[in-house]
Amino acid sequence: MQAASYVLSVGMEVHAELLTKTKMFCRCPNEFGGEPNTRVCPVCLGLPGSLPVINRPAVEHVLRTALALNCRIAMRSVFHRKNYFYPDLPKAYQISQYGETNPLGHSGYMDFFTEDGGERRVRIRRVHLEEDTGKLMHLPGRKSGVDFNRAGVPLMEIVTDYPPDIHSPQEALDYSYQLRLLLIYLGACDGKMEEGSLRCEPNVSIAPEGHQELGTKTELKNLSSFRAVQSGIRHEAERMRHALERGDTLKQETRGWDEENEKSYVMRVKEFEDDYRYFPDPDLPPMVFSEEYIEGLRAALPELPTAKRKRFMEDLGLSDYDARLLLAGPAWARFFEEAVAQGGDPKQVCNWMNGDFSHLLNEAGRTAEASKVTPAHIADLTGLIASGKISGRIGKEVFEHVFQTGRMPSDVVKEEGKEQITDAGSIREVVSEVLSQNPEAVGKYREGKKGVHGFLVGQVMRKTEGMANPEMVNRLVTEELER
Amino acid sequence: MAISLDELKHVAELARLNLSNQELNAMQSDLNRVLESFRQLHELRLSGVELTSHSVDSTSVWGEDEPADGLSRSDALEAAPSAEAGLFLVPTIFE
Repeated sequence: MQAASYVLSVGMEVHAELLTKTKMFCRCPNEFGGEPNTRVCPVCLGLPGSLPVINRPAVEHVLRTALALNCRIAMRSVFHRKNYFYPDLPKAYQISQYGETNPLGHSGYMDFFTEDGGERRVRIRRVHLEEDTGKLMHLPGRKSGVDFNRAGVPLMEIVTDYPPDIHSPQEALDYSYQLRLLLIYLGACDGKMEEGSLRCEPNVSIAPEGHQELGTKTELKNLSSFRAVQSGIRHEAERMRHALERGDTLKQETRGWDEENEKSYVMRVKEFEDDYRYFPDPDLPPMVFSEEYIEGLRAALPELPTAKRKRFMEDLGLSDYDARLLLAGPAWARFFEEAVAQGGDPKQVCNWMNGDFSHLLNEAGRTAEASKVTPAHIADLTGLIASGKISGRIGKEVFEHVFQTGRMPSDVVKEEGKEQITDAGSIREVVSEVLSQNPEAVGKYREGKKGVHGFLVGQVMRKTEGMANPEMVNRLVTEELER
Repeated sequence: MAISLDELKHVAELARLNLSNQELNAMQSDLNRVLESFRQLHELRLSGVELTSHSVDSTSVWGEDEPADGLSRSDALEAAPSAEAGLFLVPTIFE
């Protein structure tokens, strides 16, 4: 009997800690790591009588993200209390935003490129602002303790629309990748999945093909890399398929992903939404925005990754693959654009950046900004090669010098005598010399064994220590042999 | 609009309240009196009246994003029933 075919549906919930100096409702520093409970105050500890005050830049990060995700903006938006008991939540409620049209942004979409170069659109249901919780730690002797340094850190939640637009682990990965990139370009979040500042939590369900209704969903947590997002979803879909084929009923639950052992485990069976008893937080006045303010934010948005990628491909003639590599970080893309602005040929600049430069940076464990190479160096180098002053092969040597010393490629070429020999007269001289020293090879050539041509070219290159222009050598060797 | 005993038990569970039958009965009649007051409010004609979720008539009150000193760790932990290794000790959680 053929196994039934199932359709996978994935809704994505992404939590992003915002890049602010302070927490969401108090002025404790918003940082990562450090000794436990060293960034706490009465507000984020939920002590009686304390009063939260809204962090304005955090709100702006969310509004800018919502605009970048083509959302409608709630011109009046309030915070709600989401009530539940858990030890990482000092107030017994989390300040969040409830409702369909109350969250700062809603009803948007994100267009992006998939890894195979296709274009996709995923609808966004809402973008809202809340506060992060504390962190539970396990102590020896089966004891639990809480560190509240993270409690109250501004947290943006981005939720895809329902029914889901994502139907494969790869699409979920592409979506997460592009969303992370977007947040980094906006400066809203540092995107460090391994530190938990960006957390992707997919809702996974499967249903027999042709069924209108979606299956029971599970929410996956602890996915701390893109690879985990992909394999976590794939494994979850498989687990569900096996369960259904055995005739089991699926439970709506939250499952954690164990990356090392590549399997998920039950964390908790989900409470129903109504049980959170949301209500408007009376301590926090509503936020009201003017049209003018919102339009100002929209106008000030930077060029976003998808638009940049399109421009790199359409205007600068780069391949999809090259463009994707250049966009990997805003600083890297900026480096590229500056080198091009300084006269570098886009394709050549791109090749040097994604090739030798990346290679040397990886080896040295350094970022482009921390290296001695500037966009001017790359532009200069590609200029030297384009004008024929040096060959591509010498270019590699020169670039290594540049990488180590930070000297300008033109200076290295001048001072180290790296300039290519392009004078036909002196090349011809060497060619004649090589031919007279290799009468046998010349004889073979004239008998029709044209293959020795390459050997003779090699001899000329060796004699000139690789400095002769290879194309000219090629041509002149032929000329002399045919003479 | 009265609250049933089952609903009351559910709410008590959400609030982590362990109530005896006697307490449940007392609370049920208390809550039903509150609900009765709301029923009376419901009789008012309120169409056209804007929803009031906040008692103070202010909007968009912002804080600046500049760090300020909070509590020292020892002060923070002092109020806790128990602390260890710089952490607030809580009932053991297994996940």
